[in-house]
Amino acid sequence: MGATLVEKIFSMKCKKDVSAGEVVMAPVDNAMIHDITGPLAIRKFHEMGGKHVQNPEKVTMLFDHQVPADSIEAAENHVYMRHFANKQGIFNYDIREGVCHQVTMEMGKAAPGEIIVGADSHTCMYGAGGAFATGIGSTDMGFVLKFGALYFRVPETINVTAEGSFQERVGPKDLILSIAADIGADGATYKAIEFTGSAIKSMDMSGRMTCCNMAIEMGAKAGIVPPDSITWDYIRKLRDIKPFSLESDPDASFIDKRTYDVADLAPQVAEPHNVDLGVDVSKVAGTKIDQVFIGSCTNGRFEDFEEVAEVLGDRKFSDAVRVIIIPASRQEYLKTLRAGLIERFVLAGALVEAPCCGPCMGGAFGLLAPGEVSLSTSNRNFKGRQGSTRASVYLCSPATAAASGIYGEITDPREVE
Amino acid sequence: MRVWKFGDNIDTDAIIPGRFLTIYDPAELAKHAFEGIRDEFAGEVKTGDVIVAGKNFGCGSSREHAPIALKGAGITMVIAESFARIFYRNAINVGLLPIVCDKAGTIIEGNSVMVDLTGGYLIIEGKKLPTEPIPDFLMKIVDAGGLVEYARKLEEVPVCTASHR
Repeated sequence: MGATLVEKIFSMKCKKDVSAGEVVMAPVDNAMIHDITGPLAIRKFHEMGGKHVQNPEKVTMLFDHQVPADSIEAAENHVYMRHFANKQGIFNYDIREGVCHQVTMEMGKAAPGEIIVGADSHTCMYGAGGAFATGIGSTDMGFVLKFGALYFRVPETINVTAEGSFQERVGPKDLILSIAADIGADGATYKAIEFTGSAIKSMDMSGRMTCCNMAIEMGAKAGIVPPDSITWDYIRKLRDIKPFSLESDPDASFIDKRTYDVADLAPQVAEPHNVDLGVDVSKVAGTKIDQVFIGSCTNGRFEDFEEVAEVLGDRKFSDAVRVIIIPASRQEYLKTLRAGLIERFVLAGALVEAPCCGPCMGGAFGLLAPGEVSLSTSNRNFKGRQGSTRASVYLCSPATAAASGIYGEITDPREVE
Repeated sequence: MRVWKFGDNIDTDAIIPGRFLTIYDPAELAKHAFEGIRDEFAGEVKTGDVIVAGKNFGCGSSREHAPIALKGAGITMVIAESFARIFYRNAINVGLLPIVCDKAGTIIEGNSVMVDLTGGYLIIEGKKLPTEPIPDFLMKIVDAGGLVEYARKLEEVPVCTASHR
């Protein structure tokens, strides 16, 4: 019996054959902590009797959820983490770089075959770089800081194959929302999702990140794309690393296989209050919206903003809507700025903020009042996610967000000339 | 002891909203548990109460504030048809017992609930309901009283020494 991609990663790390269902104490290649879950991880590290972080050079620290500090408590958490980083010799990106997952990827800290953990559920995004990456809690992270390793139950894999070419203004976010609707909010719990097929192969890294990022929304432990020339080109610009072959064997055992054809896929919108409530945009078109958020680790990259600009053209956003645009990182911000898109967004009436999580986590700014409706390119629409539990959040692609921002109501981007 | 019943897909934003995540004190977090979702919870919950839920309890964010808030409120165990992966592991790590029981839906508010971990069942009003066993490697953490207590005794760990569930 052949091995899955994920089984191969664990086997490589453990230098022996490891199969799904086995529990291994595996070494961690990189551990990411941010300003929300990091302080607790550090406390737990101390409570565990930790003195020296096992591999400080393998820790990625940054602040993104509450930056610049939006409360005294947030500022105190930042100070606490800075002190820890200084003392332990951990490099701290502080508030400078942007959203943790985007920064981890663009700093080359996730490469094919690596095992990465992050104290954030969307850590699964690094699977776009061919790594096994999973979100963990703060106590587990405290353990990783002390020992440089963690218990993993090697997951079974669901193979998701997406074939075909997208229609204009339909893309990776629409695909992953439709997959989530099909598999369900807990359909992949404890499993890894491996994305294959021509639609994935032809996706750029940005689109692959969008797909892997949302694997957790189906309960998955990891999302992963087998590394190909696109992956290796991306990582080799960031790190000196030699390409090698890494994919599931033809006779690997998958717990489930699903195939999707993207050719007929319409833009998708996830209705409140669950991510797996995706429908064709036509079903919700005309819904009035108060706020549009374009950003987050899911859809805050230059490619996403190009999509927004293409739909926007020379138009302005509706005065009835607050359009908040936040690049996911400083690098993505610069690319967008240099292409002249930031100026176009500001002229169109959008509010452009510095890189951070923004309204996505509902803790900082951009919160919703009771009864308000938000359309968001982020990853979660749970009740209360972006403010009041009596507000509603719809999820969509950057193209749909742009079209809807122009008209003040949910709009099919294909209908905008 | 009171049973607090919840439905499917109770996410960690519902358990503890994002705006309270600068707080780490269990008692303070407990004051905001289920705020806006079930407002009477924080005021009425008593030590020893139990949460009973449907499938996918604790889905969403990795925030450990969620199990800490419940533990801080006095909840000793959460019984659910299924749990989201990160919440399950976080709960065990902080000493909140997650019990998987596919018949959780038959438990009603007002029932008396006891658990026999070694026997692998719940006792509901004197009747036994089978539960799924906690995997061995996690049971060691439960027995230690949480991951901090488990890890405090260790100087190093046996990297990649495989064991079976």
